[in-house]
Amino acid sequence: MNLAELQKKLIAAARTEVLDDRVPYAFEKRVGALLASRVAPENMDLWVRGLWRAAISCVAVALLCGAWAFFTPATTASSDDLSQNFETTLLASVDQNDQAP
Amino acid sequence: MERTEAELIAAVLNGDAASFEPLVQKYSPRVFATARRYARRDSEVEDIAQEVWLKAFDKLKSFRGEAPFEHWLMRMTVRTCYDFLRGHQRNRESSFSELSEPENDWLERFVTAPETASDNADAAKLLIGRVMEKLSPPAQLVITLLEIEDRSVKEIAHLTGWSVPLVKVRAFRARAEMKKILAKMTKEKYL
Repeated sequence: MNLAELQKKLIAAARTEVLDDRVPYAFEKRVGALLASRVAPENMDLWVRGLWRAAISCVAVALLCGAWAFFTPATTASSDDLSQNFETTLLASVDQNDQAP
Repeated sequence: MERTEAELIAAVLNGDAASFEPLVQKYSPRVFATARRYARRDSEVEDIAQEVWLKAFDKLKSFRGEAPFEHWLMRMTVRTCYDFLRGHQRNRESSFSELSEPENDWLERFVTAPETASDNADAAKLLIGRVMEKLSPPAQLVITLLEIEDRSVKEIAHLTGWSVPLVKVRAFRARAEMKKILAKMTKEKYL
């Protein structure tokens, strides 16, 4: 059997097929409704996702602060006076200028 | 006053999803006609068309308006049909033993007197449908576009997103695959 000829005949048959372009009734309305139903939850999803992320970040920061406060040893030495340290830090740049030749 | 296509697209991009409906209405016949080349059941055709429109809506931002909207949409349709073919390869392993009577008659007529077997007989259309179902997805796509729709290699590359050499290679393989299937069909029937 001539397979090339058979292939040619079958392809020719397929070419004569008239394209069926019927569209189901109110298809565009269905697509429109589907899109509308998708848009609303998507907006909600964005909000929910954002809020969850913010909540997770807050918990992480709270845990880190807690751990830092818990594991940092309490300072009792008199030289670590808070007001003294604050003043030294605040005037650090002035002191540096005074020491410069 | 009827809005132009560009105005409708701009409105959709500005958040007016209702402006998408006239586009769906205008181009759905082409989408359905294309989908019917690759899927037989109405439900499958409708699923493909729906998928095409949902993708088109989601990716509308990527439409730059350099080419007509229809071309952009057709590219999306062909690619969605290809995805469908890849996901539905159920009929590829079935045999040809259950050919219908008109199909058998047409084949017999072709064997005895090839010139009398007409091209546009319904039986021949059924037969080519069966053969196409047995092709691999790339082969089915390339045979449809190249041989049945008579498109150029460059056009196919544009529609499918494949490179020109890849289309040529796949066309070569598809023809060989089709010959193999036809050989199997005739062997099953006549040996």
